[in-house]
Amino acid sequence: MSAAIHTDMNDMLPEAPVSRLEARVTAANAAGRPALVPFLTAGFPTLDRFWDEMDGLDRGGADVIEIGVPFSDPVADGPVVEAASLRALENGVTLRWILDGLKARAGRYDAELVLMGYYNPFLQYGLENLAADAAAAGVAGFIVPDLPLEEDGEMRALLAARGIDLIALVGPNTSEERMAEYAAVASGYVYVVSVLGITGVREGLPPEVPQTLARARKAFRLPLALGFGIKEPKQLEGFPDRPDAVVFGSALLRHIDAGNSAESFLAAWK
Amino acid sequence: MKKGYFGEFGGQFVPELLMPPLRELEAAMRDILPSDKFRAELDDLLRNFAGRETPLTACPTLSEELGVHLWLKREDLLHTGAHKVNNTLGQALLAKYMGKTALVAETGAGQHGVATAAAAARLGLECVVYMGATDVVRQAPNVMRMKLLGAKVVPVQSGTKTLKDAINEALRYWIAQQDSTHYCFGTAAGPHPFPTLVRDLQSVIGRETRAQMLERTGRLPDMVVACVGGGSNAIGMFHPFVDDASVRIVGVEAAGTGEPGCYNSAPINLGRPGVLHGQMTMLLQDGDGQIEPSHSVSAGLDYPGVGPEHAHLGAIGRVTYGMATDSQALEAFQALTRREGIIPALESSHALAWVLNNRDKLPAGGHVVVNLSGRGDKDMEIVREVLFREGELA
Repeated sequence: MSAAIHTDMNDMLPEAPVSRLEARVTAANAAGRPALVPFLTAGFPTLDRFWDEMDGLDRGGADVIEIGVPFSDPVADGPVVEAASLRALENGVTLRWILDGLKARAGRYDAELVLMGYYNPFLQYGLENLAADAAAAGVAGFIVPDLPLEEDGEMRALLAARGIDLIALVGPNTSEERMAEYAAVASGYVYVVSVLGITGVREGLPPEVPQTLARARKAFRLPLALGFGIKEPKQLEGFPDRPDAVVFGSALLRHIDAGNSAESFLAAWK
Repeated sequence: MKKGYFGEFGGQFVPELLMPPLRELEAAMRDILPSDKFRAELDDLLRNFAGRETPLTACPTLSEELGVHLWLKREDLLHTGAHKVNNTLGQALLAKYMGKTALVAETGAGQHGVATAAAAARLGLECVVYMGATDVVRQAPNVMRMKLLGAKVVPVQSGTKTLKDAINEALRYWIAQQDSTHYCFGTAAGPHPFPTLVRDLQSVIGRETRAQMLERTGRLPDMVVACVGGGSNAIGMFHPFVDDASVRIVGVEAAGTGEPGCYNSAPINLGRPGVLHGQMTMLLQDGDGQIEPSHSVSAGLDYPGVGPEHAHLGAIGRVTYGMATDSQALEAFQALTRREGIIPALESSHALAWVLNNRDKLPAGGHVVVNLSGRGDKDMEIVREVLFREGELA
């Protein structure tokens, strides 16, 4: 088939349904603000308090909640998320516990839900079962930090069949060509990693963030979520192009660990 | 076959931020590694700095007892005491050609750390070594050697505080420092292209063995045996023999204390396929996919995974993967020391232990080569402790 005919056929197809995640971020932007995307490790700080804090984040205006699925060897994470992950495992958290808990609470959250975790626990659960159970639990997307484009085909297809997005991650060293490869398959939103590094709070964001956002803007038609090192709104001041969504993980976990509520963390962003 | 895979195993399961340096390394392997200039320089380092070629030593006493011709490939005689330096010299030189100014490495027992530090010192590169906090205590003399060689040794306090956590931390460091730094990975594992790169650099072991056997006996060995942790000494020995159907190949995993359900380092025998440290491979893991702690008396085998090419060679049946326990390895250690006058590393003792405990599987009257991957000097403390406890040492 020639490229020209291929394009014509695409033009005739109905638009793919907009993903729930994309729609949610776009709605926040229409209201004149970035979508708020807190990250909370499942079962942190305790099994019960986790569900309380989920309610708090939902009440507090989270647009999307990224639920961290703990793994013994979280190689893209800094000390705060790793410690939370290991504590959650000590608390007995499993992927099944998370999915069962979400199923029992289906329809409870106004926020959209994303599961973020490393590949092996998902793989051992069984990718087909995972897609089915995640759909039943109301999960709208997955983020798998150790699953680059070369390896993500099977999981992406199984999730897509259930209307679940596999979120692409790009960063300061991702070329425009590479972003274009992701753009061909990506859905939901794009996770733009702010720094050549791991998760964790940084005082200032690196100076190349605007360039990274600009490259991603060119490559993707999807909303851009900025994460890694984000704590407070003033970090984004002076950006020529504001991200469509902001992700906070380590800062929120520290806030909760210090005895504060997740809900109060979101107040600064509203 | 998919790029970077050995059958079902291998791949590149890493954060997107690591894909550019992995691709940069693939390009360097393609463009720099085969060049005459690089080859000549590496060959000179291996010969005149590290001490290649290593001897192939016949073992008259044990041969007599076992009814086979037993040979040892003497990687223990290399500079820094083990086969590790074959890999670190190659990677350090490659890093230099790539324009990098520093190396980062993980280490368990400290042998790879020492070999990396030595290569870095020789070639004028900075060196940072991540080492589990538990191992820093267990392997104090190697920490001292690394520091003397100018490396910065960073104790890793997270997780199980051993090799797997040191790898996590080294990968994190590499994400941030990829412009200036090459990750000098210590074994034939991890994301593509490391399993291939390390295998190619270690294959000098098998190539030499092959030539030495042909010269000394006029034939290929009937069996080659090596211990398998991550599996770099083993794949280096095995790879040049894989296409020789007449050569039986045996890898030996560490069974730990040996009772059912004990902690071990035998993922090919006792684990399941899964993803860790950038690779699909055989892993020790629980039902939820969390990585289990490993154990072996030999710190160099103490890893819950294994290089993907070994997982593949096991799956297709080309290589037999056996096991040896801590106590069998210690017995083999003593046997070689007393009967042949060679003090082997506890890692290599596992390979020998398999031979001593599987006489019925040996080719009677045939030639068996054991890769003696390292020397036992580093293991004096642990051997003293165990033998003293067992009353064999006053």
